[in-house]
Amino acid sequence: MVQFSTSRLDASFSALSDATRRGVLEQLGRGDASITALADRFHMTLTGMKKHVGVLEQAGLVTTQKVGRVRTCKLGLSRLAEETAWIEDYRRLWASRFDALDQIVEELKQRETGDGR
Amino acid sequence: MAADQKSDPAAGKAATTVERTSDRELVVTRTVNGPARLVFEAFAKPELFKQWWTPASFGITLISYEADIRTGGFYRLEMGHPAMEQPMAFFGRYLEVTPPSRMVWTNDEGGEPGAVTTVTFEEKDGATLVVVHELYPSKEALDGAIASESTGAWPEQFEALDQLIVSLDAGA
Repeated sequence: MVQFSTSRLDASFSALSDATRRGVLEQLGRGDASITALADRFHMTLTGMKKHVGVLEQAGLVTTQKVGRVRTCKLGLSRLAEETAWIEDYRRLWASRFDALDQIVEELKQRETGDGR
Repeated sequence: MAADQKSDPAAGKAATTVERTSDRELVVTRTVNGPARLVFEAFAKPELFKQWWTPASFGITLISYEADIRTGGFYRLEMGHPAMEQPMAFFGRYLEVTPPSRMVWTNDEGGEPGAVTTVTFEEKDGATLVVVHELYPSKEALDGAIASESTGAWPEQFEALDQLIVSLDAGA
């Protein structure tokens, strides 16, 4: 029941609309890689690859981490993040239900007391 | 998936937890301050059930509800939410209704075999631990439920994205 913004999905689709970026995702599916390695693999300049990775990162499809002078890219955790958000939303639904249930049970208890049982 | 142990923000309320315990299972737990027979009654009597199942505090309203709550019985309810153009219908059968400890119902609104919900009521010191266990027919079914509800009005787009990711994975 949590609503994700369409801009988020738009970002994903526009990120995936480019053949090089799809190739980068495929490559990262086989293992993490540095931007330099990706640039070599796709015969691009470092600057060009940085731009592509930036778009993928913006869409939540890739995460990057800089260790020393090397920036390593890996597939993003967007599916996991979405599941976590869904579970939290579901938990809030049930918490609201149980809060309402508390009141009903409280009324039932009072009714029994009132009946002298 | 890690358990969500966060307690409810309002003071004095017991914590509701939700955990995806496996690829196919979700478990919700909450302790209710009252004996099991009364908590069970609130689940098993339609006139009580409809007072709490669609909490106004969550922005949902009950549009229609009918149920025959006994083993072999049925339920059908429609909920509305401001973000939804059409009411959502939920229906299924009661596979087991055993006062005051256990209820099992099916969730048939999605067609195909849907999830099966088992609720158990365990009384201790005047309070009742309620455990809601939802078993989906497959990992894909639970993933699909999460994806379609996560994206609200955009399930088709999300399915397309999922398929693309799957095909990328398969190509790896």
